[in-house]
Amino acid sequence: MTREYIDGASAIARGALKAGCNFFAGYPISPATPILLHMLRELPKVGGVGIQAEDEISAISMCIGAAMSGASAMTATSGPGISLYSENIGLAIMGEVPLVIVDVMRMGPATGGATTAAQGDIQFVRWGTSGGYPIVALAPSSVAECYTLAQRAFDIAERLRTPVFLLPDKEMVMSMATVDVAEYEDIEVGKRPLVPAPRAGNGSGVKINAVTGRPDPRLRPEETYLPYDFDPIDAIPATSPFGGPHITRFTTSSHDEHGFLTKDPVKVGRLNDHLRLKIENRRHELEFGRLERHEDAKTLFISYGTTARAMREAVERSHESGEPASGLTLHTLWPVPENLILAAAEGHERVVVAELNHGQYRREIERLLYKHAAQNRQAPPEILGLNRVDGELITPEQFLEMTP
Amino acid sequence: MTISTPLHIQPIETYKNERAIPFCPGCGHTLILRHLDAALLKLQIDPTQVVLVSDIGCVGLSDQYFATNAFHGLHGRSAAYATGIKLANPDLHVIVLMGDGGMGIGGTHVINAARRNIGVTVLVFNNFNFGMTGGEHSVTTPEGYITASTRAGNPEQPLDICATVAVNGAGYVYRGTSFDKDLPDRMAEAIAYDGFALLDIWELCTAYFAPNNDFGRKEMMAMLDALGMETGLIQQRPLAEYARRMQTMAERARDQAVMPVHDIEPQFEHRLRDKFHLVIAGSAGAKVRSAAKAAGYAAVLSGLWATQRDDYPTTVKSGHSVSELIFSPDEIRYTGIAKPDALVLLSADGLNKVRGHLARMTEQDVLITTPEFADVETAAHKIMLDPRQADVRITRTNRSLMVLSAALRVLNIFPIAALEEAVRRFQSRFAHENLPVIAASAKLVGD
Repeated sequence: MTREYIDGASAIARGALKAGCNFFAGYPISPATPILLHMLRELPKVGGVGIQAEDEISAISMCIGAAMSGASAMTATSGPGISLYSENIGLAIMGEVPLVIVDVMRMGPATGGATTAAQGDIQFVRWGTSGGYPIVALAPSSVAECYTLAQRAFDIAERLRTPVFLLPDKEMVMSMATVDVAEYEDIEVGKRPLVPAPRAGNGSGVKINAVTGRPDPRLRPEETYLPYDFDPIDAIPATSPFGGPHITRFTTSSHDEHGFLTKDPVKVGRLNDHLRLKIENRRHELEFGRLERHEDAKTLFISYGTTARAMREAVERSHESGEPASGLTLHTLWPVPENLILAAAEGHERVVVAELNHGQYRREIERLLYKHAAQNRQAPPEILGLNRVDGELITPEQFLEMTP
Repeated sequence: MTISTPLHIQPIETYKNERAIPFCPGCGHTLILRHLDAALLKLQIDPTQVVLVSDIGCVGLSDQYFATNAFHGLHGRSAAYATGIKLANPDLHVIVLMGDGGMGIGGTHVINAARRNIGVTVLVFNNFNFGMTGGEHSVTTPEGYITASTRAGNPEQPLDICATVAVNGAGYVYRGTSFDKDLPDRMAEAIAYDGFALLDIWELCTAYFAPNNDFGRKEMMAMLDALGMETGLIQQRPLAEYARRMQTMAERARDQAVMPVHDIEPQFEHRLRDKFHLVIAGSAGAKVRSAAKAAGYAAVLSGLWATQRDDYPTTVKSGHSVSELIFSPDEIRYTGIAKPDALVLLSADGLNKVRGHLARMTEQDVLITTPEFADVETAAHKIMLDPRQADVRITRTNRSLMVLSAALRVLNIFPIAALEEAVRRFQSRFAHENLPVIAASAKLVGD
């Protein structure tokens, strides 16, 4: 068996480059700096651009500018940097910018522990910008998954024109691990829908919309397509990069189909529904995880990231102990992979949600399983948290203590 | 800079679209936008190759009145978006439209774009106050002037935008007013300039600053004189544009291998049946982590799975450095170590971090250390290694590898040849220094 000895930072950078990433801007911060250094070194080799920005606000701003000029862009930071990204994350959602944001989680709050593992940013990345729109977040739990989920993040960011978070933690990014090379899975990475070249008019005096190929009386004199036209409402609007064959408008403000500012309640309402529905209506395409189910198990462990590694060891050991447990490793955290979780919970009396925070994702599991039980007039499983916020990892023994 | 040839056979007659500019009567913004249209007409650039980047404030509305690409972003960040746009497509003509408010909140982006010499043109619509939010003072409000937030007169000194960017690397710097007849020429010059260009354009806010200060064109000119800030073309010099420099760098690096997989086929035999936990505790700056990394590679070269987890403070060359290695015949999931099977103790810094481990270790476990730690309290079996017995000069940085190599000889998990191969293959830059250290470590274990 061919193996590699490598850390998660290298795997994320390699996955991003495999996915076609050709722009990176970042600002040094532990424990995300190794990703910055890899990207600065590697991007010139693929004709891309990597730059160390003057601050985090600039880093994400540069990525957004580059992305709208056609680049596949990524940035990487840690919790304190996400705080500074916050306003521009909202802009990326509003303007529908394909962008991969790596948040290498470290101990918080505030500067917390720069070189200490934690998983405290789960709800922060979900709700960390004003207005509150859906976001996509993926969490790798092995070095091989760092490689694959980096590609997955680009695929989703591009196809859905949205910022996507990759949420590893300090342990995942900075620890060395042995990888079976066969586990590096490549996926087909899609691209944002692009507007075809402009069409000549058909003599009717009404301009041809390059997207639909049909005469479109809504087109203004300088326009050859409508940058924010979505029909049906959850469709991903086709775009054209700055410098492409079309004139493109981009805006952070409530806008109409032309990209002009508007306060028209019908248009503003439709825009905001669009931003929500384009993710929500694709939830089923975004459910990634791994279930290890034992048919006699009464307990289901649910975890993600580094903590899921201890969980998987505990699940293996539980089978030898006579008190078998099942384990669900979540690769998608947002949107909540509801079908995956409901199917996994089925038949278990107890669900233990393990994470290096005070129970941020347990809220989602409780919400989902209690609601499901209420709707089906069933008793919900007992839902327990296994939490640690002292800089140490949750151990396999701690998992095993949670079985009855 | 080569200006892209227009796609149109007919000359372009306006870069404005037909929407009416919405600013207050007499507002300087309207004048400046007219000048911008005139500047673009002089250059006849393909409108698909022009990007107007605006941010927040009244001026942030401006991009909507042109038949070009437009990017309307967050307050003060326009220069940073413009940098990203230019770096991704150096052929674009990127024009930033920002106010004195944006200069205050996002001045750092402007300074850094100037310092890097990003080939964008920044037009500062400078009317000395925040128009959109009600006439509050900005970084360019001169001392003594009345604004909504300085009713008793502004106590602050104004920022000299031009001097700031000029001293920080800008190639083209100009200060004028919205009334200047030659402004379209200066703007066209700036847009055609292949590097960072900034025009600080003073103008009237007829909603707030003008009525608050009985301020008109004549008073603005008098203020300009009184402040003594330079006017006209302040700086113009040829400098290598950043996005082009990056392109040249990329051309040099092109076709080099991109993060190839360094695959490892087992070529040595290991002697492990179960998981083995090895902790190495030393001082930061003493190459503890790289010595541990060599051991990890050696384990993988011997057909084992390995992980390495490091703990160190945020300082670089002071304090502890502890590496936790796990070697296993089977795949390793959990990378933490509750109790080491062996602990290699290298320094007092390391000792302070592993006292818990030492207390938990039993007589089945082994502490491998140097004579100065002979009295450390632990139930673990102690093995003393003395680096002074080696026939190479011991330094702060080779001591970690020396003692770890000797420890690996004692533990005999895999042959020492695996460690040598690891150093040759994966730490080749330092192999000439490290291979003699590994060889010399044999003396410490008496063979």
